[in-house]
Amino acid sequence: MRRVYMDHSATTPVRPEVVEVMLNCLTEKFGNPSSLHYFGRLGRRALDEAREKVANAIGAKPEEIVFTSGGTEADNMAIHGVAMLNQNRGNHIITSAVEHHAVLNTVKALGKQGFTVTILPVDKYGMVSVEDLANAITDKTILITIMHANNEVGTVQPIKEMAALAKAKGVLFHTDAVQSMGKIPVNVDELGVDLLTISGHKIYGPKGVGALYIRKGTRWRQSLFHGGAQERLRRAGTENVPGIVALGKACELAVQELDKEAVRLTGIRDKLIQEVMEKIADVRLTGHPTKRLPNHASFCFEFIEGESMLLSMDMKGIAASSGSACTSGSLEPSHVLLAMGIPHELAHGSIRLTLGRDNTMEDVDYFIENMVPIVERLRAMSPLNPDSEFDFEENCADCKISSSCHL
Amino acid sequence: MYSEKVMDHFENPRNVGEIADADGVGLVGNPTCGDIMKIYLKIDNDVITDIKFKTFGCGAAIATSSMVTEMAKGKTLDEALRLSNQSVAEALDGLPPQKMHCSNLAADALHAAIDNYREKQK
Repeated sequence: MRRVYMDHSATTPVRPEVVEVMLNCLTEKFGNPSSLHYFGRLGRRALDEAREKVANAIGAKPEEIVFTSGGTEADNMAIHGVAMLNQNRGNHIITSAVEHHAVLNTVKALGKQGFTVTILPVDKYGMVSVEDLANAITDKTILITIMHANNEVGTVQPIKEMAALAKAKGVLFHTDAVQSMGKIPVNVDELGVDLLTISGHKIYGPKGVGALYIRKGTRWRQSLFHGGAQERLRRAGTENVPGIVALGKACELAVQELDKEAVRLTGIRDKLIQEVMEKIADVRLTGHPTKRLPNHASFCFEFIEGESMLLSMDMKGIAASSGSACTSGSLEPSHVLLAMGIPHELAHGSIRLTLGRDNTMEDVDYFIENMVPIVERLRAMSPLNPDSEFDFEENCADCKISSSCHL
Repeated sequence: MYSEKVMDHFENPRNVGEIADADGVGLVGNPTCGDIMKIYLKIDNDVITDIKFKTFGCGAAIATSSMVTEMAKGKTLDEALRLSNQSVAEALDGLPPQKMHCSNLAADALHAAIDNYREKQK
């Protein structure tokens, strides 16, 4: 069966060039970078080179890069570290309603530990307003954390404007650039951010490795991990050298090929969006129509549910994802779609298609060929249609399965 | 994550559709929760002679709807009322734990349709 992978925002295959350098660190350069001997020095050198590559990719200095176990750790570490060290200055943290859970739940946890949290709303495109942010900053604000690009709807936030605002007010700014890295330019000085998160497995590197950029002089300290003096006391634990070296290579390749690949992916994405909107009725594009990642297309299909679509697509070899409750692991649909004002029943019908290096224009044809009958079949089964006039209670608590609806 | 039986009923659902002159119609769920099931019954002499369903929901929601129509067809109303969401799930060789609550409503929809029929008989 033909396989079409359109879930690159979930994860990517590791590139052969990356595998090669990674393997070398598993077998040959296996030394512990903290060891004095020859083997240790080989590991140390590999680590240093990788740090330089990651730094170069985002316009940072090598000493500003701290390697982590991935995006989630980097987000936790950034937010918690700033909060702990700046408590004497203030206790207010600002974030947005569409953040990844690694940020949102970290900020919410601090909200239960004496910090005050402002969660900024977004517009119908999932965009945070710079004006809202300006109004939210108080003299107690110590940190703003807003993602560069959204994972579910692809919307790119005005980080440069928001970070400039933060700087003018003396507030630290962190951005989660896990989704934007390798898709659009990510440069810490261009963006003007103090802390920035990236992850390996979204850019054709391995899972289990990421990095946090911490601008020199930023009032941050490691507050979660206790242990050895690795990463200049910023991240204890023997370095994941194979992963880190792979991340370095993946960053290097991502930046080298960014311009060309962005143009190519934009072409495929635009064809995909256009064909879906033309060939399937009652579909809405989610996220910003133009200020979105070049590889990202996301939709809500009316009257049908996301998991049913994913299962049907999988039977045809097409891999995608959905923000429906059934796929979120909770009983609520995606918090991102709800924050954008998309009603629950529509959010349950969301599908995200994220393109990558392996996708072609022919993949779009294959997708459309298969998706049209899938939607038709599921809609024929659905009791919902443009004319359905069910008298449902607005509030889920009143529905017939209320006892189990919000477990 | 789904059993072969669930996938079979999802791929080849039995008794999909509507019955125009149905004797009883049951509707449960809520679009907010992501699952809605509507069951149509044709009843002759207290026996379910025909049954159809329409469902908005995930794979489990569609499979349980399909399964309950197979289980209820030909049964008396009292027998059909003894079918439970649990027995439907068991007939499908089980459902993933998180689906037991949210998407396992097919027997409820069947019971709602029977109630609707009996209500009309009064």
